[in-house]
Amino acid sequence: MNTHPTLPEFDYLRPRTLAEASEFLSRHPGEARPFMGGTDVLVRMRDGFLTPRFLVDVKGLDGMNELRFDPRAGLTLGAAFCMNRVIASAEVRTHYPLLAEACRSVASYPLRTRATVVGNLCNASPAGDTIGACLVLEGVLHVHGVHGPRQERLGSFFLGPGKTTLEAGDVVTAIHFPLPPKGCAGVYLKLGRNQLSDLSIVGVTALGYPDSTCLSGYRFRLAMASVAPVPLVPVEAERHLASHPITPESLREAAQLAADACSPIDDVRGSARYRRLMVRNLSAMALARVWNRLTG
Amino acid sequence: MALHEIHVTINDEPEQVAVPANMTLMRMLREKLALTGTKNGCSAGECGACTVLLNGEPVNSCMVLAVECDGARIVTVEGLADEQRLAPIQETILSEGGVQCGFCTPGILISAHALLQRNPNPGEDEIREALVGNLCRCTGYVRIIESVKEAAKMQSLAG
Repeated sequence: MNTHPTLPEFDYLRPRTLAEASEFLSRHPGEARPFMGGTDVLVRMRDGFLTPRFLVDVKGLDGMNELRFDPRAGLTLGAAFCMNRVIASAEVRTHYPLLAEACRSVASYPLRTRATVVGNLCNASPAGDTIGACLVLEGVLHVHGVHGPRQERLGSFFLGPGKTTLEAGDVVTAIHFPLPPKGCAGVYLKLGRNQLSDLSIVGVTALGYPDSTCLSGYRFRLAMASVAPVPLVPVEAERHLASHPITPESLREAAQLAADACSPIDDVRGSARYRRLMVRNLSAMALARVWNRLTG
Repeated sequence: MALHEIHVTINDEPEQVAVPANMTLMRMLREKLALTGTKNGCSAGECGACTVLLNGEPVNSCMVLAVECDGARIVTVEGLADEQRLAPIQETILSEGGVQCGFCTPGILISAHALLQRNPNPGEDEIREALVGNLCRCTGYVRIIESVKEAAKMQSLAG
């Protein structure tokens, strides 16, 4: 066995404009891939799962490396803005601490120099650590395609492991987050085989905030990693918490509903049964922590 | 496969290199420039033995294409020492016994050096977090972490 396989042959292009990138990618469907930090693509190429003929490096294009925060409109994070810079950003730490927390749970500092939130979304792994935060914070993708720019909501973006609604010619340029709900609190709890740096066996993201339109007076948003073919939003659990007074019992019931919504698999990191139990336990823990911060 | 001509600054020296698209930065350093201090461990961004500074920030050089580095500044372990003087972390990893087989050491030195640049006085948790991507099978890490603490002290005394 060759323990140090090299990358297969391909060619590398650096288009000067988004239009040029989209045009090239659309002319080579299945052969050309947009290339960002490479932390997923290069591993999959090295292991022979991907053999693109062209990698189209889009990270130098306009706006890709910017972070813009507007106190009225929210946060726009360029697609090439790396996770270490997200973690270090004062605006993210102040207004979107959950996003910084999720980024911090990814791999190691050197990998996060290259890894990006948008890359994590486009890779569409059910285990993606930052996807939950992007879902509960209601991120919207800015996409440039052959017909120009458009927006994609994350709720309908994921189709399966590694599969999204993106088509040949599409380049995600940024993710936009509206202002977070007033008075919100969020956590990301990740269970890995070690304390830091591993892929998640199970990940639970929870965000809660006061909402007078709910019977309980609070709304909770949840997202689960590594428990279904796509990042999972357990809507029954969310509904339960909106329509029942928040008590230790209703929080536990919601955690069970979250576990019931999962369809995990057995793999090297954990069994399906273990995952389902851990979703219940981590969800209960996450909801209790959020609730304590909302009321404490 | 077509070759790409790139210009890079490596350890303050300008270099011009012709690289195929599928050559990683790690392979370019080792095979084109004979900078073999940078080690090839896992080729998957997990072990950290190939860590170098790319424009001042640590990266796994096995996870970076050489062709992407056109115009970049790269520092390898060979570039940490200043003329005849070792960097503080190099001094203290020796004095604290933070090296056994030495394979992980270049990556550890780069990660620790970068940590001390961005945070001159890191706590133990911060040191452990900064080194989480650098695997060492020999030392058990305790002496490596002590080395980083001592290097921080040495740096602060040097002012």
